[in-house]
Amino acid sequence: MELKRVVVTGLGALTPLGNTVSEYWNGLINGVSGAAPITRFDASKFKTQFACEVKGYDPENYFDRKEARKMDLFSQFAVVVADQAVADANLTEGSYDPDRVGVIWGSGIGGLRTFQEECVNFANGDGTPRFNPFFIPKMIADISAGHISIKHGFRGPNFVTVSACASATNAIIDSFNYIRLGMADAIVTGGSEAAVTEAGIGGFNALKALSERNDSPQTASRPFDADRDGFVLGEGAGALILEEYEHAKARGAKIYAEVIGGGMSADAYHITAPHPEGLGALNVMKNVLRDANIKPEEVDYINVHGTSTPLGDISEVKAIQSVFGDHAYNLNISSTKSMTGHLLGAAGAIEAIASIMAVRNNIVPPTINHFTDDENIDKRLNFTFNKAQEREVKVALSNTFGFGGHNTSVIFRQYND
Amino acid sequence: MSEIAEKVKAIIIDKLGVEESEVTPEASFTNDLGADSLDTVELIMEFEKEFNVSIPDDQAENIATVGQAVSYLEEHAK
Repeated sequence: MELKRVVVTGLGALTPLGNTVSEYWNGLINGVSGAAPITRFDASKFKTQFACEVKGYDPENYFDRKEARKMDLFSQFAVVVADQAVADANLTEGSYDPDRVGVIWGSGIGGLRTFQEECVNFANGDGTPRFNPFFIPKMIADISAGHISIKHGFRGPNFVTVSACASATNAIIDSFNYIRLGMADAIVTGGSEAAVTEAGIGGFNALKALSERNDSPQTASRPFDADRDGFVLGEGAGALILEEYEHAKARGAKIYAEVIGGGMSADAYHITAPHPEGLGALNVMKNVLRDANIKPEEVDYINVHGTSTPLGDISEVKAIQSVFGDHAYNLNISSTKSMTGHLLGAAGAIEAIASIMAVRNNIVPPTINHFTDDENIDKRLNFTFNKAQEREVKVALSNTFGFGGHNTSVIFRQYND
Repeated sequence: MSEIAEKVKAIIIDKLGVEESEVTPEASFTNDLGADSLDTVELIMEFEKEFNVSIPDDQAENIATVGQAVSYLEEHAK
């Protein structure tokens, strides 16, 4: 059976750098940090008191009050970016068969704030259960895909992938696979996360995963810098419309890029620590290159997972050097998490968008906040430190790894008529 | 209008996001005010909380309109 070609025809973003794709991209290429003191709750007693929040978001600009009240923030974000992407792709009624359009979304955690609030209410009561009837349907991670399908009437495959910080990339890969197998004409994919809550910050602090650089939030996310001390929690969402190539051509859709490969692997090593030699990361990049049927030398840009943790950054670099050999020195590598923070289950979505925009504009967004070289990292590698670089980007690879040892990687290629 | 009726009306406006003028005694939660079954459960829970009463399920089934809610609560509120 011949696999079908899959292209990207629409994008949507709600990020710590801006609430549209163009604001997000402008923030990225200008090296803007999205970090600031936490506003979503009083963090004065927390070890980490800053995060990369979405700014200027008012649910009433997008939903009526009754509708918004029944949706956790992560679902609101999902619906908002899906709307943007559907509009961007010009998926107007009549231009598609709704039974052949799916929604495959990613969220690592789901409605953490809803879960926290309902449990706190119960704990503060007299033991009488007074759980809100919307508690479960607000909290469960899959409801985001449900909301998007209900809003647009998309009746094709519909579910949510959960693989921690790899969730959105798993969703993108699943969408790619279903379309190339001929099981859908188009799929709304991506991911959303809204975990800047007491439980989110407190939980990641307990894991010692977060930067505690409270005196300088904007320089806290510093992947590959010698003084990196953990990731910065982010929130937001990204949406992509993946579409079967002939379907997109037939309706005259604008094509951003082609999806040519997806790779998956597991570390099978530890619940939170990466494999020290980057074994899972190495395998996932080999897998994605094989799936895309390209040589390592064809890759121009790697948008790395690079979360700014001491261990994770090193093992990913080791893996890149094993897979790409000397070509690793010709590549541009960057961690856009230096600007956006780590959006957990949505990271793969907004980083896929960064990779697609790099391919489209031939600009590599930087890894900001580089002050001091890490002596354990090969200086000949080009991490695109501090300033965006113009270069031809025909092929971009995006890595995303999750707690549990889940590794995912996806490759986008420049599309020319 | 009684104090109870005022509070009931305020809860309905808040939870169902409807206009005050729509909340007439005859208005049905599901047929006139756009509530689905989950909204109705939430309304009953809000009434229980606001008026410190416990409304058994078999009686909750009989509260389908604004007027029925007000009369039930006027009778049972502590």
